[in-house]
Amino acid sequence: MATRINPVLLQRIVKAQLWSLTGFIIGILLFIICFISIKGLPQLTPEFLTSNPVDMGRSGGIFSTILCTLYLIFVSLMIAVPLGVGAAIYLTEYTRESRVTYIIRFGTECLAGIPSIILGLFGFAFFVMALRFGWSILSGGMTMSIMLLPTIIRTSEESIKAVPYELREVSFSLGVTRWQTVTRVVLPSALPGIVTGIVLGVARCIEETAVVIFTVGSSLRLPGSFFDSGRTMAVHFYILAREGISMPNAYGTAAILILSILFINLVAYYLMRRFLKKYAIVL
Amino acid sequence: MREKLIEKILMLLAFSAIGALLLMAIFIFKEGLPIIIKVGIKDFLFSTHWAPTKDYFGIFSMIVSSLFVTTGALIIGVPLALACAITLAEFAPPRLMSILKPTIELLAGIPSVVYGFLGVVLLVPLIRDYLGGPGLSLLAASIILAIMILPTITSISIDAIQAVPYSYKEGSLALGATHWQTIRMVILKAARSGIITAVMLGMARAIGETMAVIMVAGNALKLPISPLDPVRTLTSNIALEMGYAAGDHRAALFATGIVLFVFIMIFNVSANIITKRWRRE
Repeated sequence: MATRINPVLLQRIVKAQLWSLTGFIIGILLFIICFISIKGLPQLTPEFLTSNPVDMGRSGGIFSTILCTLYLIFVSLMIAVPLGVGAAIYLTEYTRESRVTYIIRFGTECLAGIPSIILGLFGFAFFVMALRFGWSILSGGMTMSIMLLPTIIRTSEESIKAVPYELREVSFSLGVTRWQTVTRVVLPSALPGIVTGIVLGVARCIEETAVVIFTVGSSLRLPGSFFDSGRTMAVHFYILAREGISMPNAYGTAAILILSILFINLVAYYLMRRFLKKYAIVL
Repeated sequence: MREKLIEKILMLLAFSAIGALLLMAIFIFKEGLPIIIKVGIKDFLFSTHWAPTKDYFGIFSMIVSSLFVTTGALIIGVPLALACAITLAEFAPPRLMSILKPTIELLAGIPSVVYGFLGVVLLVPLIRDYLGGPGLSLLAASIILAIMILPTITSISIDAIQAVPYSYKEGSLALGATHWQTIRMVILKAARSGIITAVMLGMARAIGETMAVIMVAGNALKLPISPLDPVRTLTSNIALEMGYAAGDHRAALFATGIVLFVFIMIFNVSANIITKRWRRE
């Protein structure tokens, strides 16, 4: 009898423990954001953002790395968005569930699980060496687009599926072809959901290091074209921190990284909420 | 006619992801397999002697380190993630849950280099001062990875717990069980396969993580004996040496990639199979 604890009391104890563990996790997140912000925000002067790194990043700003990050995002999305949205349209509007769609979904899922270092290895051997693109924003963008594909396919698929079937029926009954229905009716309604996937892709481009360091390289020059090597913010931060070049500049770069990721996630969350709400009402 | 063409094009696009996956697998195997055959698969996998300039290619210590680091991350991360998932899915009011779930998912968005950096600046000195050793260690890598896989495991587990039919819970509560007894004996059992999937995916993420691990694990080439030893994982081996490797050495790094690829595939495929079974239930 002595070993048996009153279940109600036990529940109270367990509940308190679970809540404190949850609080601990939230605490870690808040701590990371606050720590980086407190150390990094004082570095963020207009000069820091608009001047190029000087002396390997020991002084100067991070303008060239911001530009390189933006170029990389642009190239990756230019490739991944048409492929991903096209794939999602095919999977939702043009086929029924079958062996083929199962294989495609399975492949997409596996691709999502591939670690970035393997993608980096592949991008280096294939785009940089075999296709002779060299270390360039083009090689990096192509490799990153492979990384973004699964996310974009999945989010686009889900948002296209969420568009009520009645909208398509009305369109078909007016004698409109399938493709016109897709481009004029389905895609505009699914747009906020698709954009969520794209926005998350932007975040991936900003935070990725392993792929980028092997495919874009780490040249600090201002990239003039997509065939130039460059250094993104995440890679710049990695090199500054790892080689101990300049801690203040490292914290400043980290603050920009974290703040932009935070902002992007908020935008994605807001878009998705609005999208879900819209169809909860229509249905 | 135009419609047919569009359909064909879209079908091609749909195969892009799987095409990329195949291309990648073929390419990495093509580059790495010859060296495995040359060295012998037994020596490659089970020798601890890695000295690429002297033609010794044994990755056993890295395989062991990768598995240890991943196991450590799971030991620390899974209980925390489950506690969080249970609290949010069962105890938290729905409004709070709808705020806290995306907040925790935000942890997944923090760049891995930032985790690695915080590990070096905050965690490594703590370990060095209070537990001994060089600080850069298996333990440090496991703790950082545990935090990194938290959001994955938490968010999938929440979905699994919420997918348990409400009638199970009602039945249990009606029998006089407390809420906690219901969670422990009914809900967690019913959500089991979903939770296992979550852990598998967390595992895949932990074993594949590179940048954070390079920064905190110490990268020493030896079999770890204690959690305070510095270790080099499969991923860090590739990233550290890729910059200057050539010839057989470079091929051996691709071969390291093959081993990693196989591990990840095993985790992903088993997660996939378990999810399938869970959906059917």
